[in-house]
Amino acid sequence: MSDGNYFTRDRSWHPPAYTPSYKTSVVRSPNKALISFPPTLSEQTGPVFGHNILGELDNDLIHNFAQPGESAIGQRIIVHGRVLDENGRGVPGALVEFWQANAGGRYRHKKEGYLAPLDPNFGGCGRTITDAEGGYRFRTVKPGPYPWPNRQNDWRPAHIHFSIFGSGFGQRLITQMYFEGDPLIWQCPIVDTIPSREAIETLIAPLDMANTIPMDARAYKFDIVLRGRRSTMFENRPEGN
Amino acid sequence: MQKLNLLKESPSQTAGPYVHIGCVPNFSGIHGVYPEDLGAVMRREGAKGQPITIKGAVWDGTGTPLKDALVEVWQPDADGIFTSGDPRGAGDPNFSGWGRFAGDYDTGEWAFETVKPGPVPFPDGRMQAPNITFWVVARGINIGLQTRMYFPDEDNSADPVLGRMEHKNRVPTLIAQKESEGVYRFDIRLQGHKETVFFDV
Repeated sequence: MSDGNYFTRDRSWHPPAYTPSYKTSVVRSPNKALISFPPTLSEQTGPVFGHNILGELDNDLIHNFAQPGESAIGQRIIVHGRVLDENGRGVPGALVEFWQANAGGRYRHKKEGYLAPLDPNFGGCGRTITDAEGGYRFRTVKPGPYPWPNRQNDWRPAHIHFSIFGSGFGQRLITQMYFEGDPLIWQCPIVDTIPSREAIETLIAPLDMANTIPMDARAYKFDIVLRGRRSTMFENRPEGN
Repeated sequence: MQKLNLLKESPSQTAGPYVHIGCVPNFSGIHGVYPEDLGAVMRREGAKGQPITIKGAVWDGTGTPLKDALVEVWQPDADGIFTSGDPRGAGDPNFSGWGRFAGDYDTGEWAFETVKPGPVPFPDGRMQAPNITFWVVARGINIGLQTRMYFPDEDNSADPVLGRMEHKNRVPTLIAQKESEGVYRFDIRLQGHKETVFFDV
């Protein structure tokens, strides 16, 4: 009999809480061990988002904050991929949200004071819902690297933040996507919170010339993997049985 | 030997200090992209059950409130049914069950309006005391922290999750304070004295 439960999260693959080279983690990491119990309905269920929440430009960061007739400045790219579970099955209907700095590395946020200018036509947020195969795509400009107050001369690699909802709240995940070939990846204390190079590589999106649109936008492919579930008790879920 | 051919979950990364841009853009001052921030309203008119307000903040190991934390909550409706994916039935159509709230930029305080959740069975059939799942992300938190809020005016003595905790003196960290009728305060302490219990589920 199947129970729809999750595979146990591999916390040696994820970053631990306490990672002192990323300084803010020092006082924001629990000292005591996490307490385990079997997943309950609170983890097995989760919010479902319908396409009715989506606006026409929600997956187009080049235009969703721009004045009519204008567009964001920067390298035009398409980011696409699939949301999968650890069984390799696509996760349909998953809400994927993303946010990023502009082409110069400046975030549109009142607590951000980097001297690179805001782009008046770039907000930096977008969202979409995966299709029947778990696929998603959006248009944006490639974000710039960004200096931050950690050690004296730390720079974040170009990155896009991702927030993903699976079919249950136990799959909730926030992560970051990096770009193939960026030498800053291997100097970043936040990237380095991830214990293994093998795990870091899964967050680096390769350039995807096959999906690049000539004379328009290059493409990067980024697949996201959520926790696997044993054969599910939810009969209305395509990933079940 | 055959291979299992399982994929590995994408490793988590911190949500960073600007999580608001992507998750609550209107709160962050980015208007005109989404009509409203997702999760801002949990109960609509006609929602069943007792309307309640929950307030709190997230505190670091020095006793300073986080001014850039984002909390998400997931809970059943007043009858103990989750509003999506629950095999036991459909939940209250006037209640979302899911909320998302950012701390105030100056004080770190958040507050939200919901309904008191009904009890839900544990996998072995025993009933759990009413509770709300919290998920906390912020700058400096490498992987989202999951906890639960229980109610001070309920009988929590037979709850299977609280019951399995070895250190009973940590149970009070999961129980909200009652401020007045229908108003509860739940502070989440990340580290140190009275550190909140966090779960690996």
